[in-house]
Amino acid sequence: MSPVIPIQLDGGCSNAPVLRERGQREVFCGLTGIIWLHRKMQDAFFLVVGSRTCAHLIQSAAGVMIFAEPRFATAILDERDLAGLADAQDELDRVVQRLLERRPDIRMLFLVGSCPSEVIKLDLSRAASRLNQRFMPQVRVLNYSGSGIETTFTQGEDACLAALVPVLPVQPPQAEPELLIVGALADVVEDQFSRLFQAMGLKRYAFFPARHASALPAVGPQTRYLLAQPFLGDTAKALESRGARRVASPFPLGAEGSAAWMHAAGAAMGVSAAAVELAIAPARQRAQAALAAHRPTLVGKRIFFFPDSQLELPLARFLARELGMALSEVGTPYLHRQHLAEELAWLPAGTQLSEGQDVEKQLDRCRAARPDVVVCGLGLANPLEAEGFTTKWSIELVFTPIQGFEQAGDLAGLFTRPLTRRQLLAA
Amino acid sequence: MQLTLWTYEGPPHVGAMRIATAMREVHYVLHAPQGDTYADLLFTMIERRAERPPVTYTTFQARDLGGDTAQLFKDAAREAYARFKPQALLVGASCTAELIQDDPGGLTQALNLPIPVIPLELPAYQRKENWGAAETLYQLVRTLAVKPTQARVKGESKPRCNLLGPTALGFRHRDDVREIRQLLEQIGVEINVVAPLDATPADLARLADADFNVVLYPEVAHQAASWLHRNLRQPATTTIPIGAVATREFIREVAALAGLDPDLAAAQAQSRSPWYSRSVDANYLTGKRVFVFGDASHAIAAARVAAIELGFKVVGLGSYSREFAREVREAATQYGIEALISDDYLEVEAAIAAAGPELVLGTQMERHIAKRLGLPCAVISAPVHVQDFPARYSPQMGFEGANVLFDTWVHPLMMGLEEHLIGMFRGDFEFHEDAAPSHLGGPARAAQPAVAPALIELPVPLETDTGKQEAPAATILAAWAPDAEKELRKIPFFVRGKARRNTEAYALSKSVPVITIETLYDAKAHFSR
Repeated sequence: MSPVIPIQLDGGCSNAPVLRERGQREVFCGLTGIIWLHRKMQDAFFLVVGSRTCAHLIQSAAGVMIFAEPRFATAILDERDLAGLADAQDELDRVVQRLLERRPDIRMLFLVGSCPSEVIKLDLSRAASRLNQRFMPQVRVLNYSGSGIETTFTQGEDACLAALVPVLPVQPPQAEPELLIVGALADVVEDQFSRLFQAMGLKRYAFFPARHASALPAVGPQTRYLLAQPFLGDTAKALESRGARRVASPFPLGAEGSAAWMHAAGAAMGVSAAAVELAIAPARQRAQAALAAHRPTLVGKRIFFFPDSQLELPLARFLARELGMALSEVGTPYLHRQHLAEELAWLPAGTQLSEGQDVEKQLDRCRAARPDVVVCGLGLANPLEAEGFTTKWSIELVFTPIQGFEQAGDLAGLFTRPLTRRQLLAA
Repeated sequence: MQLTLWTYEGPPHVGAMRIATAMREVHYVLHAPQGDTYADLLFTMIERRAERPPVTYTTFQARDLGGDTAQLFKDAAREAYARFKPQALLVGASCTAELIQDDPGGLTQALNLPIPVIPLELPAYQRKENWGAAETLYQLVRTLAVKPTQARVKGESKPRCNLLGPTALGFRHRDDVREIRQLLEQIGVEINVVAPLDATPADLARLADADFNVVLYPEVAHQAASWLHRNLRQPATTTIPIGAVATREFIREVAALAGLDPDLAAAQAQSRSPWYSRSVDANYLTGKRVFVFGDASHAIAAARVAAIELGFKVVGLGSYSREFAREVREAATQYGIEALISDDYLEVEAAIAAAGPELVLGTQMERHIAKRLGLPCAVISAPVHVQDFPARYSPQMGFEGANVLFDTWVHPLMMGLEEHLIGMFRGDFEFHEDAAPSHLGGPARAAQPAVAPALIELPVPLETDTGKQEAPAATILAAWAPDAEKELRKIPFFVRGKARRNTEAYALSKSVPVITIETLYDAKAHFSR
C-alpha cells in the first residue's frame, strides 16, 4: 500500500451492498482476449478448438481486421468429431502439424478451449502434453479455456496467464526480491513504466506476459507481484502457489491511481517514498494538467456502467475522484473483493454496485436513471444512442492504452468525446 | 476438424437472427452460452441498426450445466414473451446448446403460450449462416402462411407478387427492395408482401394473396419459394435482376408470370450503364482481367455483367456457397474456366494470385486480399462490412443497380483517357503505369529508375550420349543490358510482360547471354512472323 496516500479500507464502498443479478448477460466470452494477447505475445499462436461460432466471434469482435495471416485460428469441430467417427485428439494433431509447418516462426502455441470443446470434454491438457513431447523445444504447447461457460471477456487473459505460470522459470535460490508486473499492457505503457522504475532506482522488475516466448520471467518466493489489471484472480492464485506475494494497490488509472501504483511498487522493493515521488513528479504533473482540461466537461455528469471488462470499478473511481463525475450505477461481471479492496475504499460511499447481469432489468434501471453517459458493449451502444443516451463503447477501454500518467488525459478524453460530439451535432 | 483463419459465413443461428431481426413482431429465444451475444453487434454496429435484435439468449454458464439448463430456457422464453409480446416466437439452440440437447421446441410448447411457436433445428456442426436463414424463413412461411379456402382469382385486380429474400445484414437488400418495388409498380405489378424484411407474422399469413413470387436472393428464399410453389401454386422468378441485361430479362419473366405487356422503354429510362459502356472512353475496359468471388447469386450475376455489359475477361469465378456449387460451376464453363468452390480464405487468395487479374470483384475478404496483392477491388457480396451500408441509395439490382455497378467497378481502375495517355506517352516521367490513378489521390510518383538488370537462367544443355561435350559451368545467366531494359519500358505496359517473356524465351532458345536492344527487336520480329 502506498505510504503517502493512506487508504481507509473501511471507507468508501468497502462494505457497500452489491446487487447480484442472473439473467441474460450481454458480454463477450474469454476467447475475445486473443485479440490483444496475440498482439502482445509476438511469437505466440492461439488455436481455438471450437465451432464456427467461435471463429465468427473473434473475427467480428476484431472488427474484421484482417492481417496478412493472423496468429490465431479456429479448429472447427464438425459432426465427425462429435459422432466419434474421427478421434478428436488425432484430428487436433493433424491440424497442429499443418499449422506449425505453415508457421515456423511460432514459438508458443495455445490450444484454447471453447464452449463446445468443454461440453464434449475434449481434454486439451492431454493434447498439449502430447504435442509438447513432439514439438519441444521449438514450440511450447499450452492450453487454457476461453469458453463462455467459464470465462467472461477479460477472464480469457486471466486463464491464459494462469496457464503460463507453471512454465515460468524457477528463480535461483537466494535471489534478491524482484517485482513482477502482471497483466498485458500496451508496449508503449510498459516502456513508460520501465523508465519510471529506472528513474526511481528500481532495477529488478519484469513484465508478465513478456513480448517473446524466450523472455519469460522467473518466479519464486522472492517475487513481489503487482497487478496491472483487475481481472487476474486465477493468475494471482497460480503465482502465489509458486511462492510469489501480491503487492496490494489501486490500479494505475488516472494520475492518482498511477501514483498510488508506483508508490506501491517502490515500497515493495524498498525504494523510499521520496525517491518515488521525485521520479514520478513530472509525469504526474503532466497527467494532472491533462485531466484539468477535461474536468469542466465531465464534472457533475452522471455515468452508468454496464458490466464488461472488470475495469469498471477502477474506471468509476478515477472518473468520480479526479473528474468529479457522479456514479449512477457501476456494474461489473465479477467483483474480486480482495484485489479491488483499495478501489472499493476509494469509491464514493453510497455508489450503486452490481455484479452479474440481467440485461433487460439493467436497461430498465438505466432508462430510469437517465445518466449523461452510458458505458456499454457494442450490442447496446447504438440502440441506446437511438434512445437519446450518450454512450461510450466499453471495448475501447480495453483495446486502448489507458494505464499510467501519460495516458490519463487520453482516458478522460474517451469520456469527453461522446459528450462533446453530441453538443457539436445540431439536434 | 477444419483449420479456419477467417470465415465467410457465421453459424446457422446467425442466419436465423438475420430473419428475426429483419422482421417485426417476432422474437427469437436462443439457448446459448454466455458470449454468443456477440452476434448483436453485427446488427447494431455493422448495419447500424437503432434497435437491438429481437433475441433473448439464455447465456448459461458452467455452473448451470450441473443444474437445470432446461428450466433456464423455459424461464427465458416465458419472460421474453411477457416483455416483448411478439406475434410469433422462434426458439432454438446455438452450437453449444445443441450438444446439451434440451429441446427448446418441446420446452416452449409446454409453456402453452398463446402465439405460434416455431422450433428451429439448425445443425451447427454441418451447416452455415445462409442455410440457417433459408431454413428459418421456410419454417416461418410453412407455419404461418394460411392456405386460402378459395383459389385466388386472376385478372380481377392488378397482378400481385411477393418479394422474397431480403434480410437484415444483407448486402444492399434495403436498397434492392426499393429499386425492385418501384420497377414492379412501374410495369403494373402490385406488391403483396415483402418478406422477411419489415414483415410481421400477420403479413406472412397472407402470402397466398399473390399470383407469384419474386425471389431476390435464392440463398435465403429458394426453399420457402419452392414450398409456396408446391403448396400454394405460386410460381417464382428465377432471374436475378443484377445488370441491365438481366433486369430486362427479369421484366420479361415477371411480365409473363403476370400476364402483362410492359413498356420496357419506359422502365429503362433511367438506365445509363449500357450507354456509358458503349461510349468511347470505355474502350479501355475491353478485356480487363477480372476475378469474381462471392455468394453464388452475386458472383454468377457479377461475372455475367463483367463479361457482357463491360467487356471484361472473366479469369476467375468462385463462391463459398456450397449449396449452389452446381450453378456456379455451370456459369464458369461459359467463360472457359473452372469454378472455385471454397470457404478457405487462403485458397481463394492463392487462386487470385495465380489468375493475375486487373480487378477483383469479391467480398470484404477479397478486398483485403486485393489490397495485399496491390489490385483494385470492388465489393459485390456479403460478408459485409460497415462500408457496405452506405448512407446513400445504392442498390445492386435493377437499372439503377446497373448504374451503381458501372460506377463502383470502374472507379477503382485507371480512367479511360488517362490510360490512353499512358500508352501514348509511354516512358514519360509523369504518365507511367506505376503512377496511381489520378482520381484516387496520392502525389504523382516519379517513374522508378531502371533497376539492376534482371537475370534469367539458361538451362544446362542436355548431356549427349557421348558425354564428351564440354558443358558450360552449371548455368548460363542471360542479363538484360541496361539500354534494353530501358527500351522495354517504352513498350506499353499492358503488353510489356508478354514482350519480356517472349524476349527471354527467344534469348533462351538462341543461348544469348546478354539481352541487348538488338535481341529485343530480333525477338519481336521472330514472334511477329
